[in-house]
Amino acid sequence: MNFDLSDDQVALRDAIRRRCEERFDSTRVRAGFDAAMFAELADAGVFSLRADGFGWADASLVFQELGRALVPGPLVWSHLAHGVVEGVVAGVERPPAGQAVLVEHLEHLDTLVVLGDDGVVAVPADELRGAVPLDWPLDPLTPLHRAEALPETTPVGDAAMARTWRQAGAVLVAAYQTGMAHACAERATEYGLARHQFNRPVGSFQAVKHLLADLAVRAEVARAAVDAAACHLDDPEIGDVDRAVRAAKCLAGEAALANAKGSLQVHGGIGFTWDVDVHLFLKRAWLLNTAFGSPDEHAEALAS
Amino acid sequence: MPREAYAPALMDLRLSDSDDAFRARLRDWLARTLPELPTPPARDDWPGRVRFDTDWQRRLFEAGYAGLSWPAAYGGQDAAPSEQLLFLEETTRAEAPYVGVNFVGTLHAGPTLIAEGNDEQKAAHLPRILRGEEVWCQCFSEPEAGSDLAGLRTRAVRDGDDYVVSGQKIWCSFGHVGEYGELLARTDPDAPKHRGISWLILPMDLPGIEVRPIETLLGSSEFCEVFLDEVRVPVTNRVGAEHDGWRVTNVTLSFERGTAFVSEMVDARRLAEELRAHVSGSAERRELGHVLAQLDALWALTIRNVTQSSRGVTGPGALMFKLAYTDARDRLGELSMRVLGRGAFDVHDYRVEERLRTLSLPIAAGTSQVQRNIIGERLLGLPREQPWDGAATRSAAR
Repeated sequence: MNFDLSDDQVALRDAIRRRCEERFDSTRVRAGFDAAMFAELADAGVFSLRADGFGWADASLVFQELGRALVPGPLVWSHLAHGVVEGVVAGVERPPAGQAVLVEHLEHLDTLVVLGDDGVVAVPADELRGAVPLDWPLDPLTPLHRAEALPETTPVGDAAMARTWRQAGAVLVAAYQTGMAHACAERATEYGLARHQFNRPVGSFQAVKHLLADLAVRAEVARAAVDAAACHLDDPEIGDVDRAVRAAKCLAGEAALANAKGSLQVHGGIGFTWDVDVHLFLKRAWLLNTAFGSPDEHAEALAS
Repeated sequence: MPREAYAPALMDLRLSDSDDAFRARLRDWLARTLPELPTPPARDDWPGRVRFDTDWQRRLFEAGYAGLSWPAAYGGQDAAPSEQLLFLEETTRAEAPYVGVNFVGTLHAGPTLIAEGNDEQKAAHLPRILRGEEVWCQCFSEPEAGSDLAGLRTRAVRDGDDYVVSGQKIWCSFGHVGEYGELLARTDPDAPKHRGISWLILPMDLPGIEVRPIETLLGSSEFCEVFLDEVRVPVTNRVGAEHDGWRVTNVTLSFERGTAFVSEMVDARRLAEELRAHVSGSAERRELGHVLAQLDALWALTIRNVTQSSRGVTGPGALMFKLAYTDARDRLGELSMRVLGRGAFDVHDYRVEERLRTLSLPIAAGTSQVQRNIIGERLLGLPREQPWDGAATRSAAR
């Protein structure tokens, strides 16, 4: 039994954490995703990890750290597409015929991939130039364009690839959300220590302390689920991969959302302002809960 | 990133070859042994339960499965934490008997004696506990000392070669069948509360001891009240130094190695799986899915805690487990009641009995509120709440 990070994995996690702290602080993150950020992440190996010989468990660790820093961008899609479609890649589920789609980060995209049950197709971003930007997107760090229809497309992968991408995408998003949940717990705890009311840190009050304890527990349980799901992707013989993936996406999605809201509560009034990052975590949590299946969808499938 | 020196992912969920072999031997033994067991006694047949549970303990001893976590020097198996986990998982899966009346002896009193007892105490009790010849109970909590256990008031006054013990204990597991009790009593009333307590071996047949079973919300139970009226306990029954009982008590916890809830988890997952066939509609299916996801994650967390424990590390998951499990188990219990509907009116349905039994989880062995304090203070580094000044509060209110 060996379900804990190896020394190499600890080194990997620490390296990417250091990189995030040095290069992707709050100011840089708030400036949003761009080509320079993509190049820097690519240079760090974020998209080529598995081609470089790392496993899904390792990729999951890296995405946990990216989520902890709330690094913006179509990172999961670009990771999935590495080796199939080069450059900056975002993706969507294939919409029902005639329905508009919201495309993330279109300004910086090379390609949009569309995931359907029968396979994966690619749309060059140039062909989406007619799409209209949303002037007030929910998540300010995820700019959106509305495309009324998707143009004719080129197949780049079969149904098996679509299935793999769905599972791996769910795990990487869950990993990212687990990192977000930890960041929310950590930042709220720091604030609970720093903020004084009634001549003492608010985190000393049990009403606040218990809320903070719940955030920490939720994040840790989600991490166990995500690490287990990633291990299942690496070693499918150990159990039911689909079940492990769904559990991870369900718990991590709920943890990211609940912890962002808990962090907002601990921060009090300042948490309701634009200047503090809390709302960015909360809005991203909602956004990511629509990617690769919502917690409710996965929960229902788990019981079916 | 250190790509060149990198070995492929070492984190995994596989069993080692030796764990696999341990499990195979155990499964084989269970398959041969379980059909030979006598019929389990009725819930309230305590003499029968003692016979049945101690018979099981004797069989474990003879097969080399008694005292898995105990050091070999004391007759234990020195088993790796992963083997302890597998033992609990496999025996629960096979619906083998639970530890039952052997709980306090094998998992609490025995480990305490191993860590803190003298040679005579070890020789007198450890072999008998392992062979199922001696049943222990716990006399820790008091009516006025629950979460604040160190505030206990039962007095032990030195008189020659005896302590004279008077006081009242409550929630004594197996008090009515135990031959020996783990007793915490105050030997120095003037010392700070954690420093004036001693740990005594209490022979339950001494004059002055009265035991009354507690009727819990399930009806009868293994819990008792124990009344102590000038009970003379020999000083030689003290375990560890005088006044050092609080530390002695806390030594025991490290024996669990992250496996304390393994049997519970196996049962909970079985209950949840069984509900699959009974849920209907989106709302019930979603709730069941959430519970399944939580239990799967907590199983992974158990394996992580055991992994860390075998490396001598106590990770955050060890302190968090009970709180998270309690929440999952409450959701499972409530879902069972919803699904059963009017079928839940008969407590003979084990799912209803389990719902009632698990109401104790957020209270027993550290309430969920105490758990949150521990996580907040020890793990997150948050300050303790200010001490309560009753006098100041009263005068301010006036």
